[in-house]
Amino acid sequence: MSNKVADVTKTAADKKAEKKKAVSRKDMTKLQWTLKEMRVNWLSYVMLLPYYAIFLTFTIIPVFVSFFLGFTSFNMIEAPVWIWFDNYARLFLDDDIFILAVQNTLIFAAITGPVSYILSFLVAWFINELSPKLRAFVTLIFYAPNISGSVYMIWQVAFSGDSYGWVNGNLLNLGLIDTPIQFFQNASYVMPLCIIVALWTSLGSAFLSFIAGLQTVDRSLYEAGAVDGVKNRWQELWYITLPYMKPQLMFGAIMAITGSFGFGGIVDALAGNPSVDYCAWTIMHHLGDYGGARFETGYACAIATILFALMIGANMLVKKLLSKVGQ
Amino acid sequence: MAKEKKLRVRKHAVVLNRSAGGDASIFFFLTIMGIFMFLPMYYTVIQALKPLDELWAFPPKFYVTSPTFKNFKDLFRLMNTSWVPVSRYLFNTVIISAAGTFGNLALSSLAAYVLSKMKFPGKVPLFKLIELSLMFNAVAGAIANFIIMSALGWVDTLWAIIVPSWGSTLGLYLMKQFMDSSVSDAVLESARLDGAKELYIFWKIAMPMVKPAWLTLIVYSFQGLWNTGSTIYIYSEQKKTFSYAIGQILAGGIVRAGAGAASTVVMMLVPIIVFIISQSRILETMATSGMKD
Repeated sequence: MSNKVADVTKTAADKKAEKKKAVSRKDMTKLQWTLKEMRVNWLSYVMLLPYYAIFLTFTIIPVFVSFFLGFTSFNMIEAPVWIWFDNYARLFLDDDIFILAVQNTLIFAAITGPVSYILSFLVAWFINELSPKLRAFVTLIFYAPNISGSVYMIWQVAFSGDSYGWVNGNLLNLGLIDTPIQFFQNASYVMPLCIIVALWTSLGSAFLSFIAGLQTVDRSLYEAGAVDGVKNRWQELWYITLPYMKPQLMFGAIMAITGSFGFGGIVDALAGNPSVDYCAWTIMHHLGDYGGARFETGYACAIATILFALMIGANMLVKKLLSKVGQ
Repeated sequence: MAKEKKLRVRKHAVVLNRSAGGDASIFFFLTIMGIFMFLPMYYTVIQALKPLDELWAFPPKFYVTSPTFKNFKDLFRLMNTSWVPVSRYLFNTVIISAAGTFGNLALSSLAAYVLSKMKFPGKVPLFKLIELSLMFNAVAGAIANFIIMSALGWVDTLWAIIVPSWGSTLGLYLMKQFMDSSVSDAVLESARLDGAKELYIFWKIAMPMVKPAWLTLIVYSFQGLWNTGSTIYIYSEQKKTFSYAIGQILAGGIVRAGAGAASTVVMMLVPIIVFIISQSRILETMATSGMKD
């Protein structure tokens, strides 16, 4: 394992050295060299152009536009007026519902992100030694809710507030309750239910990446490990599998984090918008409210910038944590 | 004989690391979780097959005694009598899914090939940008995106959904990673020495070697676009999608409970069948999905 790592660092160092050698020519400056290389490789840029034109226009530029509009007062009709940090001051000092939204978003993300991540890994790991056919079947069972679109609406049918909801109907029938519970109208049920449903749909790309990654782990490493005194599957996991899987773990973490900030649609569908007492109101809802309904575009862009910062921040943090695996 | 003995010893060494208790608890955990994952899907199908009297039976049952396809017939009748016929919604969804997936595949494969196999100034930062984009949700740019769409005059056209999907990053990322590991530089280099044009190498040599990655990109892109619901960009009823129409039926409440359940089944069947067909290729691609820091 360490050999492999050494190889990688070595080739990276070599590449750097090569680059340096090429640039340190005496007859042209670095800029001239770069321009020459760009001319020689013009075809690369032509082939990249269509993709990047669209990717930059609809993914990267909006983040920058949002960032700048966040410092303005803007309503989509009149020209934006630069107001520095007024939007942010208002968000954090004057907007109680925003603070609530941040709390809810963080609770939601802090539960669904890690739980979905660990669940994805555990299930992938547990099914790794099954026969290929059985593994394919179990994969389908766990992955299906993720790709089935609005199928999570069934939870609303099952937990509906009248006696025809499956849960209420059976609780009534058993005599455990007298009146149906208004699951999605009761603040103390809404958040947990939404989290459960979000988790139910959350075994996605990370899960598939783990399943595939586990299959690529070299069997002989396990045998060598067994000879070297690895006693049980947990030691095997920690000392052999996890270090080997690090690239997949990183990819999966990013998928899980980005996903954990994106469950607003499920909350809307289950609990309504706004949810009762704003109990499941997330930053995404606040953003939609000010951007879509109230046309306070500048204010909404400030919210978007905070959401962006939270997502990138969470990713950086987890990247740091994961770099410690197997060390 | 000796060989057989050796094999048995090796097998034994691996088995040593597995306790029966551990196997049993893993089996138990998987069963419980599997039931939790599967029951809602099962209940969806069962609800769709229930006749009206069973749908409103008390207490609600977890099985169906006289299954019927009446709900599906109701669904299609209901949708054809609506103001905008269902074929229109379905047509929109098919157009979005097909045009979006095709464009994404074409542009992403070109870009993935260049990012994976060619050397040029700016390659590393350009790919870093792709990795960065995986770290945030499109919602963060939604409002600015709306401004851009208005500037382009694409609000309330299907372009507002189709064109941005051409630049989605997950498919490109997976394809680039797959090319890194499964297309050898030596093969491309020898083709170049033989005087092959770069586009010829891309199309005739590299692309056939990354078929699993294509398929994965197609499935991902298709699944995302197939489930497109209502968006801020589209407000004309006749330009809305199938998923939106189904949401409307589900929101129709008690009278439409049967048709609503049937519509969910229709909606979920397509992505599930697509996944079943393509599973092994997707997993082949995902094996290379790892991210180095």
